[in-house]
Parts: sequence; structure tokens; C-alpha cells
Amino acid sequence: MDISYHDVLLVGGGGAGLRAAIAAAETNPNLSVAVVSKVYPMRSHTVSAEGGAAGVIKPGDTLDDHAYDTISGGDWLCDQDAVEIFVKEAPEELLRLEHWGCPWSRDPDGRIAVRAFGGMKKMRTWFADDKTGFHLLHTLFQTTLKYNAVTRYDEWFVTRLLVDEGRVQGVVALQLMSGRIQAITAKSVILCTGGCGRVFPFTTNASIKTGDGMALAFQAGTPLKDMEFVQYHPTGLPFTGILITEAARAEGGHLINKNGYRYLQDYNLGTPTPQPVLRNMELGPRDRLSQAFVKEVEKGHTTDTPYGPVVHLDLRHLGEKVINTRLPFVRELCLKYENIDPIKELIPVRPVIHYMMGGVHTDNNGATPLAGLYAAGEVACVSINGANRLGSNSLPELLVFGARAGRAAALAAMEQRTPSEHAISQAQDEKARLEEQFLRKTAGRERVATIRSEMHQAMESGAGIYRNQTSLENAADKLRELRERFRDIGLDDHSLTFNTELLAALELSFMLDVGSAIVESALHRTESRGAHQRTDFAGRDDQNFLAHTLIFRNPDGRIRLEKAPVVITRWPPAERVYGVKPDVKEVAAR
Amino acid sequence: MPETISLEVLRYSPERDAEPSFQRYDVPLHKDWVVLDALNYIKDKVDGSLTFRWSCRMGICGSCGMMVNGEPKLTCATFLSNYAKENKPVRVQPLRYFPVIRDLVVEVTDFMTKLQSVKPWLIRGDGKPISEGEYLQTPEQLDRYKQFSMCINCMLCYAACPVYGLDPVFIGPAAIALAQRYNMDSRDEGAHERMDVLAQHEGIWGCTFVGECTKVCPKHVDPAGAIQQYKLTATIERFKSFLMPWAAK
Amino acid sequence: MSDTRQAARYTEYHPRWYRPRVSTWWWLGRWPYLKFILREISSVFVAWFVVVLLQQIRALSRGPEAYAAFERWLQNPLIVLLNLITLFFVVFHAITWFNVAASAMAIRFHGKRVPDLLIVGTNYAAWAAISLVVAWFLVRS
Repeated sequence: MDISYHDVLLVGGGGAGLRAAIAAAETNPNLSVAVVSKVYPMRSHTVSAEGGAAGVIKPGDTLDDHAYDTISGGDWLCDQDAVEIFVKEAPEELLRLEHWGCPWSRDPDGRIAVRAFGGMKKMRTWFADDKTGFHLLHTLFQTTLKYNAVTRYDEWFVTRLLVDEGRVQGVVALQLMSGRIQAITAKSVILCTGGCGRVFPFTTNASIKTGDGMALAFQAGTPLKDMEFVQYHPTGLPFTGILITEAARAEGGHLINKNGYRYLQDYNLGTPTPQPVLRNMELGPRDRLSQAFVKEVEKGHTTDTPYGPVVHLDLRHLGEKVINTRLPFVRELCLKYENIDPIKELIPVRPVIHYMMGGVHTDNNGATPLAGLYAAGEVACVSINGANRLGSNSLPELLVFGARAGRAAALAAMEQRTPSEHAISQAQDEKARLEEQFLRKTAGRERVATIRSEMHQAMESGAGIYRNQTSLENAADKLRELRERFRDIGLDDHSLTFNTELLAALELSFMLDVGSAIVESALHRTESRGAHQRTDFAGRDDQNFLAHTLIFRNPDGRIRLEKAPVVITRWPPAERVYGVKPDVKEVAAR
Repeated sequence: MPETISLEVLRYSPERDAEPSFQRYDVPLHKDWVVLDALNYIKDKVDGSLTFRWSCRMGICGSCGMMVNGEPKLTCATFLSNYAKENKPVRVQPLRYFPVIRDLVVEVTDFMTKLQSVKPWLIRGDGKPISEGEYLQTPEQLDRYKQFSMCINCMLCYAACPVYGLDPVFIGPAAIALAQRYNMDSRDEGAHERMDVLAQHEGIWGCTFVGECTKVCPKHVDPAGAIQQYKLTATIERFKSFLMPWAAK
Repeated sequence: MSDTRQAARYTEYHPRWYRPRVSTWWWLGRWPYLKFILREISSVFVAWFVVVLLQQIRALSRGPEAYAAFERWLQNPLIVLLNLITLFFVVFHAITWFNVAASAMAIRFHGKRVPDLLIVGTNYAAWAAISLVVAWFLVRS
């Protein structure tokens, strides 16, 4: 068994991971910092973020305004102390990115430009065209190249955490290119593996987003928090999950069902008008639009495609000129990746999974309850996103909490400690397990793709936009069955060299765990809040559920659920108001 | 449109094969399917051992570059239907000029090392504290380097560059464009440091105006333009230091 | 970053990479590649022109007799052919250079990039003008 030794180890090389790596290296340049990532860092999913990054910088805007928007958008499930830290440090982090070279879009006077964004009441979203995540990630990646203390393990996949004497001592990782399995030890480990959109069939998330870090933490006994909160975007392209921005509807695009009828008028979303009206019809709130889609499916008014039911976004009446001048990126995406020309054709759309509010339970420094283990970015739940994340908060989140976790992990790693013998022997066991269960096994009958698509079905129908006890219990049963069947998995590929089928199988086993955590957490929360909508428990229940859900896996494999209090500092829970003029009704806290 | 289309995919397993060979697969032909979708179909339904990289399927992560009928392409943005009329199998091969690890996966350490060699980060003498705010940069100044900042590191330009194919020490289009991205950035002061790497034979002078790098670039970065611009800069600098040695840094 | 150090450590478990051999005739498949090879070959003719020039200087230094002999030598059909080929390559290089001029010279005027066509056009116009001046001098004498 090969062993390598580091002080701080990052699992995941996206925005959060790279920011944490730099923070750790700057905290103490003598530390050995390593980044283990299953893809080359610039392939990470941060690269896909389009819209922008929120940070208070302009006169007339205040930190309290940003905090309030975040908290009310999160349906009061955010920890307000975390949000206060977040809004204060977000502009500093975004400026630091500027100093590192990020090509932020500018005002004519050379200052940072900001734009409006859904849910933000002031203009505070920094952007770099419509490729903010791309520029942010590449700036971070290129900046890490100047730090000699950072060692990269590119295209290595972490299969488990090494835990002994009550603390994390490193990881076991598989090098894709050679099939070599080894222990990579460290005094602190930071999980930055992103979300788990691939647990669901229709998602904007890249294929790499399989919830690895969540599953690693969960298997090591660390609780996951608020896993029932999964964000949908109402208009994604089916199959590819590519997003069609809200702007397409703001310019006057219509959502129509298979009869060509603008169905939103049947769902209390106003009446059709010749010109688009804010908060009316197609410009209603995202979750309401997604929910209306489900009702249309139930009525049989959607169009069936090889990728399931869809409705259509009709832009044709806008004409070539408007589409080309106001929505060029929408047209480009449709033409380039779907072979559809919105000038002449209807765009098939459906709600798609976009973001995971829940994740590994951490404090405000990214520390998890397990000593030595940290998490930051989408994999973590601090929580600043509560029951529903606001657009353009995820990029500053990964910077702020990536940096905080990096610093905290570096300070903790400065105590001298060598990995225990027992931890090393765990790595040996893991190597044996991988060989026995996958590489040397020839008798398995189940295929990765089959189990994966059945999991997708179960998650979509059981824990989708609307859930209820029956649907969730069915999904839970199905996932149990799939986990059982997974033991009988058989691979076509027994090679040691770049075995992507083995990788897919390991990712699938992680996704089955994460999927169960989502379903069990959703069963536990018998109310409707933010992105979690129960048909059998309509309405928010602050009496019983102004609390985080923590889900644990005991060493015997059994699931345990707990509640944890939400930190309220200055903003008592109120009603989350859409559409019409807010008439804020104070609801007694607890 | 016919209902299926054939693919000839290069297969190579170092543990089994001395030489690569082509394997033929028939896949359904859908209007909205790209070459990458066909590969995923094969992997899920036909042969789980087919090996390739992919991630975002929206042309931004840069993972899925391959040779499709001899042309470097992002397979997530290359429709199968484009090849339906040709009545012969679509050939899918790993990116040209890189060593093949397995099937369609190439080895990219060389590329990564080259990226790093041009110091692609903002170099500044001072170190303005964050509390003093941003470095000012007008939209015009931003516009000067923006095009070169759009590179997704997909390496199609290397697969199109015969100079890189013949002489792998050539730093190559993407790395030079990235250097130029920082050189042209009004906030950067590192042009001098980068010149040592760029203005050598393996740097810009390796390029002989083939221009294919710019043609295959899916993000319109124009690396050929970056190289030619830098040739001009390097020549002027060279003359300056020759004519006015006292002015050289 | 310790990419290279890391790479060295990887090699212990390093699978045998396949390095495809480039076919000898790879440059025939594509016009830009053929042009690339032509430009590489042109170095032979550039060298030839240096030889011609050296010959000319030597003949000049040896007086009118020798120079007349040099001029007779130039009239040899083989030499004429060689010089024509050389001329072809010189023009070819000039065109190559003028065509890339637009991307090499990112000239800005009032914050906007000057259109490529203008730069290329100016270059060709200057070329034509200078050629005319040179031709006029030659014809006049």
C-alpha cells in the first residue's frame, strides 16, 4: 500500500476547493496542501454558472439588505449569524478575485458593474458576461498555479475517508489513469465536491455531480443537513438539462401545453396579457411555475417525448430580430446543443433540478462535527441558503466559506500528528473491497445504467417537485431495493486503466446513499417550506419545523434523524411573499 | 432521416492491445443527439467498457474534445445528423498528437505543464490591499483581452496544430493565448517575466501561420491572432533592447 | 505546483500509452497543412536566392567581363525556372504575411478595433504602390 502525506487535503478542485487550497497555503506556506479531484480542476462544475455573484458594493445598498433578501428567500431556514458573515465577506472575496485577475464586467468609469437578479431587491450581482462561473473558476485555477505548496492529484477519485481515534486522518483514492489505489493522509480534510443533481433524471448539473462528498461524510457518520431542499428551475431543456434563462420569458415567451394553451392561467398565476407583466403568468415565481407543470402532467396536457413529458416555450411570435438582439445566448444554446431554432420551432422545456440547498452539516468555519473534517461550497450546508437558495448567492458562498474552511483547516493541521496504524489498515481493507466487489468479480448481473435509471425514476416520482408520505415511502422502498441489487453489480470493464465504468459504479453507490438521505429527510419534514412541498402537509409550520433536519447514519447502518435549531439574530420569521405588493405579516417566532 | 447511424470508435486498452483498432457500433439517430450522446448510449446499453471523458454537455467544461471524421471537435456540440447524409460510419478518435491512455482518453500533463509555464496569473509589483477596492478597468480595456480569456482548455487547437504534432516542445496555441490574455490585461505588469518563455524558439517563433487553431476553436479565442500579435511585440522589444540597451529593464 | 514532480511519481504505475505515428503524407489532406509544408520547403529557395545574390556581388567585384558572364548564366532556362519558383515563394510569403497582418496588428481607434479588411487592404495597397514605384524606376532606367 502506497501512502502519501499532506497537512491539508482538499477533496474536489472546483471553486470552493481551489479557494480553500489558496487560503490554506496562505495561512501557513510551510504546510503541504493537496487537491484531489476526479477531473482536472478547470472541468469542475463551477465552470457552468452563468448569472453572477452577489456582493454589496454599490452606494445605496447595505449588508442588511442582502442579508434580508437571503433570509426571506430561504424561507427563514437560514442561520442568520452565517448569513451575516456571508454578506460581510462576500464583497471582500469578490474583490480578491478581481485582484487575482477575474474579468468582471465594468461600468464605463472602470468600476465593477452590477446587475439585477431574481429575489435580490437591489442591484448587487457582479458578473462576467454570462460566463461568471467560468471566469471565476479559471481565475482561481490559474492563481493556484503560482503556489508551489499545492500538490494536485488530478483525476483521482476518493472512495472513502480514513477515520480513526475519532478524527479524519486522510482518504483512500483511486488514480483513474493507472487504477492504483492508495492512502493519502492529512491532518485536515476539506470536502468540496459540489452537489448531487445527478441523483435526479433531469438536471442542469454536469455528469460529475454525484454527491460524492455528501456520501463520504455520511458514511463516516457525519450528519447531512436539510437534504430535503432541492431547487428546481422551471425551464430547462429535457435530456441535456441546459437552462433557458428567465429572460426568454421576460421578453415575452409563452409557456404552452400540448393544446397550444397558455396553461399558467389555470393556476392562479394571472391572465394572459399582450405584453409580459412582472409576477404575472410566465413571470411568476420559479417554484409555482414548476408546480404548475406537475399539475399539467397529471391532467395529461403535456407532450410525451423520449425524455418524458414536456411543455413548450414559444418564442416564435417575438420574431427573428428580437430573438437575435435580446436573446442571442438562448438561440445559440438551442442551436448548438439541441438542434432547435427558436425562431422557427417550439422549445421543449420542463422543470430541472438545479441546486442542492442541503449538504454536510458544518459550522461557520466549515467544520463538521467529525474532528478534522471540513466542507465548503454546494456539498456543505452552513446554512445560508435555508429552504431555497437565491440566484447569485452560490458563487460568493463557495468563496467565503471555501476561504474560511481553508484557514480553519490549516490552523488545525499545524498540530503535529501522524496517521495511525489503524487508519492505514483501513486503506488496505478498502483496496481489497474495491478489487473484490468490482474488478475481480465476474458474476454480477446488474448493470450500472439500469440501476441508475431506476434510481432516477424513484427520485423523480417520489421526491420531486411535490412529495407526500406515500410517494416518499415508495421511493425509500425502491432505493432500499436498489441498494440491495447494487451488491450484484457486474462490470463489463475489469481494466485498471482509466476504468470509467468502475467510477460510474462507485458514483452510483454514493448517489444511492445521498438519494436515501434526501427521501428520509423529506419524510421527516411534515410541512411545506421553500423548495420542499408536501401535498399532505401544505403550509409552513414554524411551531414544529423552524429547525434544520439532521440525518445520521449509525455504524450499524441505521438512519437517525434529529432537529437542530435555526439561528435567528435580527430577522424574526415572516411570510415569504410573492407577486402582489408585500404586506409583511409577522409570524411569531416559535 | 434514417433511424440509426454507425460509429467507428477507436478502441485501445494498454493491458490487452498492442495497437488500437476500430470498433463499429450502430446507434439510434435522433435530431437532438450529438456524438457524445451516441458514446453515452453505447456505454450505457452496449459496452460499458468504452472509455471517454465528458462532464457538462454544454460546451464549457472542455472535457469532451475528440477527432470526429478527422476534425477536432467538442463532441457535445457536434450533431450526429450532420453526418447522416454521408452514408458511411462516423469515425471517432482521440485528440490527435496526444498520447492515448485508453480508447478516447488522452494524456494531458504536457498541456498542463505548458499552461503553467507561461505564468497565467496576474503579476503586480504593488499589492493593493482589498480594502482599497478594485483596480479600475474600463470596458475598452477589458475588451482588449476578453477574447483571449474565453479559452476552455479543450485542446482542440493543439490537435489542429501541425507544428505541435511535429515538434511537441512547441508551447502551443492555447498557452500562448492565455499568456497574451494576461499581457493585454491593463491590471497586469508581468509581460516582461513572460517574455522569457514566449519569445523563444519553442514559443511564438515555432508558429508558422497555419491558422487552423483559430478555425477549430469552439470559443472564438483566436490563438493564431494572439501569437501573431505577440510576434510583433517581441520583435519591437528586441529592436528596442538592441538599439537602446540602456532602456531595457 | 508540482506537476512535473507529481508526474514522475505517477510513472511507477503508468500504463503503456499509445503514441500514434503521424503519416508521412499527413499534409496532403488539407490545404492549410499543404501551405504550411510549402512554406517550410520555401527555405530551400530562399537559400538559393542568397547564392544568386552572392554570385552577383562576386561578379560585380570582378569587373564588367565577369558581370556579363553572370548575366548570361542568369539566362540559362534552368536558372530562370529556379528564380521563377523563388519569386513564387516570395509572393506566397508576402500574401501569407499580409493576410495575418489583421490578427497580428490589433489596432484600436476610439476604443474600437479597426476592421480586419481595412488593415489587410491598407497593406495590399501599400504593397501595390511600392511595387509601382519600384517598377517605374526600373522602366525609366
